[in-house]
Amino acid sequence: MSKNILDIRELKREFKMGAETVRALRGVSFSVDAGEFVTIMGSSGSGKTTLLNILGCLDKPTAGEYFLDGVDVKKLSGDELAQLRNRKIGFVFQSYNLLPRTSALENVELPLLYNRDISINERRNRAMHALESVKLADRFDHTPSQLSGGQQQRVAIARALVNEPVMILADEATGNLDSRTSYEIMSLIQELNSEQGKTIVFVTHEPDIASFSSRTIRLRDGRIQSDTQNENKRSAKEVLAALPSTDDYLNVHQ
Amino acid sequence: MNFFNLLRIAYKALQRNKLRAFLTMLGIIIGVAAVIAMVAIGQGSKQSIHDQLSAMGSNMITILPASNLAGGARIAGSSFQTLTDKDITALKRNAQHITEISPAVSARGQAINGSLNWPTQMSGVAPEYLDIRKLTLRDGIAFTNNDIQTSAKVCLIGQTVVNNIFPNGENPVGQVIRFNKIPFKVIGVLNPKGNNAFGQDQDDILVAPYTTVQKRILATIYYQNIFASAENEQATDVAVDEMTRILRTSHRLRGNEENDFQVRTQAELINTLSSTSGLLTVLLTVIAGISLVIGGIGIMNIMYVSVTERTREIGLRMSIGARSKDIMMQFLMEAILISITGGIIGVLLGILSTQVVTLTLKWPTIISESSVLLSFIVCALTGIFFGYYPAQKAARLDPIEALRYE
Repeated sequence: MSKNILDIRELKREFKMGAETVRALRGVSFSVDAGEFVTIMGSSGSGKTTLLNILGCLDKPTAGEYFLDGVDVKKLSGDELAQLRNRKIGFVFQSYNLLPRTSALENVELPLLYNRDISINERRNRAMHALESVKLADRFDHTPSQLSGGQQQRVAIARALVNEPVMILADEATGNLDSRTSYEIMSLIQELNSEQGKTIVFVTHEPDIASFSSRTIRLRDGRIQSDTQNENKRSAKEVLAALPSTDDYLNVHQ
Repeated sequence: MNFFNLLRIAYKALQRNKLRAFLTMLGIIIGVAAVIAMVAIGQGSKQSIHDQLSAMGSNMITILPASNLAGGARIAGSSFQTLTDKDITALKRNAQHITEISPAVSARGQAINGSLNWPTQMSGVAPEYLDIRKLTLRDGIAFTNNDIQTSAKVCLIGQTVVNNIFPNGENPVGQVIRFNKIPFKVIGVLNPKGNNAFGQDQDDILVAPYTTVQKRILATIYYQNIFASAENEQATDVAVDEMTRILRTSHRLRGNEENDFQVRTQAELINTLSSTSGLLTVLLTVIAGISLVIGGIGIMNIMYVSVTERTREIGLRMSIGARSKDIMMQFLMEAILISITGGIIGVLLGILSTQVVTLTLKWPTIISESSVLLSFIVCALTGIFFGYYPAQKAARLDPIEALRYE
């Protein structure tokens, strides 16, 4: 029996641009169960960014219902939304958004600073634990400039994990990475999904990335075009293993 | 969010850009240090003026001839001859509120001891003068009323004159010197008083009986000044009124006639000088205050730049659960941290520079707690005031736009 983490019904979002009304979402309904790995795809202008903002509780729909982990988001005030983001959502961004000149550990701790119930010791332990789960515990004192792009994104994933959210919301999380590193990140995300049972909503425009998820929702012109279960989900770990190794390159230089 | 987390976040944010934080602080540091040093110097000079005048005898009253109309032309008071022995007698007989009184005449001339000479001034006074002016003897004895009666050729000698005509450490007491060709026997040496508030050397003086100076040197029956002591400092105003009344009677002035004399108290001098140096303190404080405001504007400027520069950071913080309030408090806290740290450094620097001024320039200074406290409070307020608008700007950012800000 899987629990309903995310449930949206007839979601609409309109923007007023002067006299015109832009209808970014024209009625979107779907739900995501706990432990699912969903990718949301769509070309630019399809409304996927608008949907992501609403799912991330950064924006409110013009009409429709949104329940996140049983909470009716529509009824919440700005401060309550902030708290909801803090407790239930872990964001991963395309451009990592790590604080510069700040250690990986402190970057990961950041969401916990906005949670007054957590003591200093617990904060440190949980941040360290989150870094361990992205296999960067040995780099805890490195600043972003001392880390590679893939490592920075892993720190960002650790930051998304640290507050034990019900859902990780990734926005083109591999968009800035080369394909090899992208597969590494996807492998990590798959692992979090399958081994730790994390619910993941991943927004992307790359079909290649979508093939790693268990379900793909395609948006077009503010409506759902298709919502398909992924029959033959690929394993990022295997794809990574099949890639030509970089050893040749290393050998030349050794 | 609790206070320590807030403090921690703000501190970390400042730490990421130490040089900038320090440069921003510099305006406040200089402002606060300037306020403290300026007020300390102003207060110090005010106090030293007050002290010097008090040492001269703050209950001292001086009567001088006034300028007066003579056929439509104003004539300088000092050339006027209105004060005579009659006035002294009248004052001695009628005044209730004065304890001592002494006429004074003075003559400039050359003090000569053998081959050494020195230009100085001889004050002709009564024995009471020493009490009125708070003069004391280091050696020898003062002249007496008997010496006044006989116009004795005796004098007391000031330290500066001693230094110049008795340079080899001889004891001047008992020696005979000449002043304007008249031989005077030195019967006492005055204790040094140093310079007065106007930089005049108070030890460059010979003191002799007034009758001697009047008859043997100046050949006059008039006095240049009359010095008197009121019972105490508070009684000076009453004493002034009383003396004015007595002198008007003695000078036979009718109801609407101007006084042909002036009565001055030290309080007037103290007030005049205090208000002058009070004005100086106000001016210095205003200048220092302006620099504090400029420091505050510096904070506001940097905070605005910082908010713009860290738009993505603000977006990120909002997306991971910071409320608008938290963002607002963070930036406000950063501004306050800058201004208070700057304030503390400024206070220390202000005290230090005040000490340096005292030690190197020998200027008297007084560091008042109120100026330290005030500048510190102003500092914190500056931080809140100039940090508020940038913080509000940060708090009002839309997280969606902030996250996509390039």
